[in-house]
Amino acid sequence: MKYMLMMNCPRDGYDQFTSWPKKDIEAHIAFMASFARKLQGAGEWVDGQGLDAPTQAKIVRAGKDGKPITDGVFPESKEYLAGFWIVDVDSPQRAYQLAAEASAAPGPGGVPFNMPIEVRQVMSGPPETK
Amino acid sequence: MTFTSLDRRAEQLLRDLAPQVFGATLRRFRDFAACEDAVQEALIAAAAQWPRDGIPDNPRGWLIHVALRRMTDHVRGEISRRNRESVAIEDVPLVVAPGVYAEPGIDPDDTLVLLFMCCHPALSSASAIALTLRAVGGLTTGEIAKSFLVPEATMAQRISRAKQSIESSRVPFSMPDAAERAQRLSSVLHVLYLIFNEGYTSSSGASLHRTDLSNEAIRLTRAVRQLLPEDSHVTGLLALMLLTDARRAARTGPLGELIPLDEQDRTLWDQQAIIEGLALVEAAMRSGSIGEYQLQAAIAALHDEAPRAADTDWPQILALYGVLQRMSGNPVVALNHAIATAEVHGPRAGLALLDALDQDDRLAGSHRLAAVRAHLLERAGDAQAAIQVYRDAATRTTSIPERNYLLMRAAQLNERAAPEKLDL
Repeated sequence: MKYMLMMNCPRDGYDQFTSWPKKDIEAHIAFMASFARKLQGAGEWVDGQGLDAPTQAKIVRAGKDGKPITDGVFPESKEYLAGFWIVDVDSPQRAYQLAAEASAAPGPGGVPFNMPIEVRQVMSGPPETK
Repeated sequence: MTFTSLDRRAEQLLRDLAPQVFGATLRRFRDFAACEDAVQEALIAAAAQWPRDGIPDNPRGWLIHVALRRMTDHVRGEISRRNRESVAIEDVPLVVAPGVYAEPGIDPDDTLVLLFMCCHPALSSASAIALTLRAVGGLTTGEIAKSFLVPEATMAQRISRAKQSIESSRVPFSMPDAAERAQRLSSVLHVLYLIFNEGYTSSSGASLHRTDLSNEAIRLTRAVRQLLPEDSHVTGLLALMLLTDARRAARTGPLGELIPLDEQDRTLWDQQAIIEGLALVEAAMRSGSIGEYQLQAAIAALHDEAPRAADTDWPQILALYGVLQRMSGNPVVALNHAIATAEVHGPRAGLALLDALDQDDRLAGSHRLAAVRAHLLERAGDAQAAIQVYRDAATRTTSIPERNYLLMRAAQLNERAAPEKLDL
């Protein structure tokens, strides 16, 4: 069964991250790389992507003529999606365990950052793209 | 494609011959997809027979012969199917040249014509890249999909749509005339350059497949140069690729972060590639018509020739960027021109040029402009401003290695500027 693990960050999280000390940024990057390698080595990795900074995000709606109407992200949103993994695991417990590992990625001073990770099961059945 | 039954030499031979066989087949039958199938079948037949019977004396002729036979079978099958279905057959693309089987006609320009076709200006560059790698490079759709990090079905569709546009555009399978040729060749070189950059700019971490794209671009450019050895643009592009790729091993650190040119361990540079590239630059610069690739290659050569960053001949690089800027009008060239200006006349002179670029819509708000500005501010000793602009650049880039580099640069500067903050 497949799960999407969504790494949510507080609104000011990106700004905080950009001002971490160098060794903490390095430790965080090294953790993420080794987490990805571990998932790949265990045969549980499906996909994983980081998203660009929320300041670059746009909300798009179709206008009357079907053309896109773009707007910046709403400043009142408390959290945003920073990145995600899709894993293929045997049980929901395993997905929760992996989410907890990701959540404990090192933050400033090497202390676990304990970011909230939203875990959602990917629905099965023929995808609607087929 | 891999042929497990063949030794390396025979496999390389098949890869080199595949586009020629495809070109020769396509010259006679306009059906892109069916020709591709026929060539695949010929390659599979070779993989089955050659280990047993040995490589034929004329392997290319052998493959073309088999592919043409398959195509003829295919066309006959199509005709009888259409007759059965009582469909009008006026538009059946049946062109069987007489005497084909007696002596498979071979034109060394077939590969070139095929390249001209795959890089046709009617195609988007994404389509042209995919089609070139498929039809000329002989990569499987799966390999191409992996290189561009998209699902195989998506890449298959992109390639198939590209083939349809070529078929419906009725671009003739023939050498463009002299007037059109230079312009079409420049599309080909542009596509090869894009393939190279796609591999080079992301050659880091787990994405090993992408460095294969650089190798493939170099291989294809070599093939074009064999066909057009006198063309200084082709020679310049090959030199540029080799002189840039020579630094690959030194370009990224253990975390996949970018290492700038002046901080690279130059002992990791590939000296053999540099020697070959330097010889090509000389040849390209001697032969008259100077284009952007030669100039870029000459600049890369000046960097590669410097044993230490401090030995770099910046005045000459600045002069070359000046020529390049007048020739191309490319804003990225203008950025590099500002960097070279800063090296020769000091960081403030470079920063003044950047201020003018703020007005350029193609650069305004881009991470590149911010990254260069941050570097120059750092050199000028304005650490606080540099930190802000490095962070701003980091939030604008969409490349993870680049973001990490910019963030670490800001962090390093921050710690140097305020050492008491080190013990958080």
